[in-house]
Amino acid sequence: MSAASAPASRRPNGLVLANFWVAFGLFFVATLLGLYQLLERNGYLPTSAPLYYQSVTLHGVVQAFVLTTFFIVGFGYFVTATALDRPLRAPRAAWAGFATMLAGTLLAAAAIVSGKATVLYTFYPPQLAPWTFYAGAALLIVGSIPWIVITVAMTADWKRENPGRPVPLAQFGMTACAILWAWTVVGVVVEVVFQLLPASLGLAATIDVGLARALFAWTLHPIVYFWLIPAYVALYTIVPKAAGGYLFSDEMGRVVFVMLLVFSLPIGLHHIFVDPQQAAGWKLMHAFGTFLVAIPTLLTGFTVCASLETAGRLRGGRGLFGWIRTLPWGEPVVLSGILAALLLLPGGFGGLVNASYAMDAMVHNTMWIPAHFHLIFGGTVVIVYFGSAYALWPKLTGRRLFSRRLANAQLWSWFAGILVLTVPWHWVGLLGMPRRTAYSPYDPAIVARWRPWTPPMIAGGAVLVVSAVLFVVNLAATHRVREEEPDGPLAYARTTEPLVAVPALLNGFAFWNGLVAVLMLLSWAYPIGQFFFMDVHKSLPWGPK
Amino acid sequence: MHVHRLEKRWAAIAVLLAGVMIAIVVYTAVGMGIHPPSNVETIDSTRLHLTPEFAEDNLGVRREKDGTVVARLVMARFHVVPQELTLPAGTPIVIRAASADVLHGLNVAGTNIGTQVVPGYVSEVRTTIDFDSAAKAGVRNPDGSVTVPLFCNEYCGLGHQSMWARVRVTPK
Repeated sequence: MSAASAPASRRPNGLVLANFWVAFGLFFVATLLGLYQLLERNGYLPTSAPLYYQSVTLHGVVQAFVLTTFFIVGFGYFVTATALDRPLRAPRAAWAGFATMLAGTLLAAAAIVSGKATVLYTFYPPQLAPWTFYAGAALLIVGSIPWIVITVAMTADWKRENPGRPVPLAQFGMTACAILWAWTVVGVVVEVVFQLLPASLGLAATIDVGLARALFAWTLHPIVYFWLIPAYVALYTIVPKAAGGYLFSDEMGRVVFVMLLVFSLPIGLHHIFVDPQQAAGWKLMHAFGTFLVAIPTLLTGFTVCASLETAGRLRGGRGLFGWIRTLPWGEPVVLSGILAALLLLPGGFGGLVNASYAMDAMVHNTMWIPAHFHLIFGGTVVIVYFGSAYALWPKLTGRRLFSRRLANAQLWSWFAGILVLTVPWHWVGLLGMPRRTAYSPYDPAIVARWRPWTPPMIAGGAVLVVSAVLFVVNLAATHRVREEEPDGPLAYARTTEPLVAVPALLNGFAFWNGLVAVLMLLSWAYPIGQFFFMDVHKSLPWGPK
Repeated sequence: MHVHRLEKRWAAIAVLLAGVMIAIVVYTAVGMGIHPPSNVETIDSTRLHLTPEFAEDNLGVRREKDGTVVARLVMARFHVVPQELTLPAGTPIVIRAASADVLHGLNVAGTNIGTQVVPGYVSEVRTTIDFDSAAKAGVRNPDGSVTVPLFCNEYCGLGHQSMWARVRVTPK
């Protein structure tokens, strides 16, 4: 990074804040809905199946698609401008993208609120929503294209101007994220454009459900790594510096980002392990890749712990574990990194069960599944989004963070809330409780076994709501703080010895894109192509006319 | 490229862990023959009642000539036909299910019976019910059998939560 950094006025702060506020504002609403769902389905509020499923739809769409995409695009612009230390190329296109994403979000949200798009965030056909729901989803994706192009183009510019020098790791990671996103959305975009929109507009009389499920599964796994990579970027490049230490290994970070791109894409069939229309051999092949994608996460765990240990020892920690005590636990972004790593342990364990080709049949679509992804996504990923927001807000607003104590209380309460919510969910999942039911009209003796776990779930959900309030209040109040943040870019972590050069394979994605293309062809050509050769009976659409 | 000695060791451990897990999955799949339901068999879901197999009279449990017990089900918004199945524990059984309309799921607590029921396809599960596992998940009946719930576990519309049936598991 050059010594003289771009002045604050040339940084895309307004654009980043706009993206972040949409993300976190709607996140707050969706978190409230989560508590409503807990109360309604467990009999503490008047029972209403239409309201419950409508709420689940909005909750899922916002947390999985809106919070993530807006946060990641905003975070990506921030990283690109600060890590490369230059103004954004094509800021107007970036703003147009933001407006498009927002329009799409509002269009889809209006469809959901109208009560006609109660199809949950997985919107599996042949149930159909009005066309506005799908058009909204498409616009959300279309609006993110400027971000993909700007990220990739600015990395290319930088490499041209700095021949032989390694692209800063944070930007390398966000470039991997942008490229992964481009690959990821292909499946769902094809499904929406060629199947769901024509059917919802009445242009197609039937819909090929097997094909739609394959295309959605294409998207469904890598999208998780699209959500995860920005969190890893923060863990590699923001947390070690904020902890007062160094990044243990820059090269390993690059290896991890490359592996996430390559391994997370060709494995989506594991979401439809128990579907009858895909053959066992292809599922087994995707199961292999599912285990391989655990490798970069295991490597990340090591590098993050080693970087934190360096920091703890520099701060005077002695002995095997003494460095843990001397870590700056009061620094929100560091705390978020530690808590994320802790949540990753049970979350990863649960994931290994679902990933297991045969064992999956026992937990599929039971409460075990939402327990798993609330731990991994709602826990690990979102807690790092919080920590990053606390680190970035002063840089974006030029004001000191309103309260670090409040921030730490918020992170701890979110951590506790997620655990208290998801441990009971795992358990009732093993007892057979299905996910996504508006209430439980089953044999009373069966339901009675789930009941003891209801109060902790609700307590967990209530704690999460309180935590979400603390989060939004702290960020909003920061805008009005008088005390100014000293102007200067966010400092990214460096390795102990300066990184002079990296192999070309770890400084760009041309080769890896080629490899992804080959792997996608190998793993998806048949599972998708088979529907064009089979004697398929297409389904009649079901939905509001 | 420089990689720390400890990091190399950890990377080797990570690769080994993934390798062991893949080996276990291959062993259970190929060695023990445990696969998720994957029979890739098409059917016209709009005409189930006109097919010999899924016509109303043919639904339910019957014992084939070779001794296997076959249970045939139709899942339709928002009910399961038939509403009660009696299945023997400790005996190879085959579940064959078809959807009459949208996507459904079929999961029997305390057993390995779990499949999506996708319109246009027949879902087939081959398994043997373990009585003790079923007993833990179900309710004991006076005659010594156990009743476990069969849930639709895929959102199929506003009545989804009401879509369930009972499976009576009889001891061997």
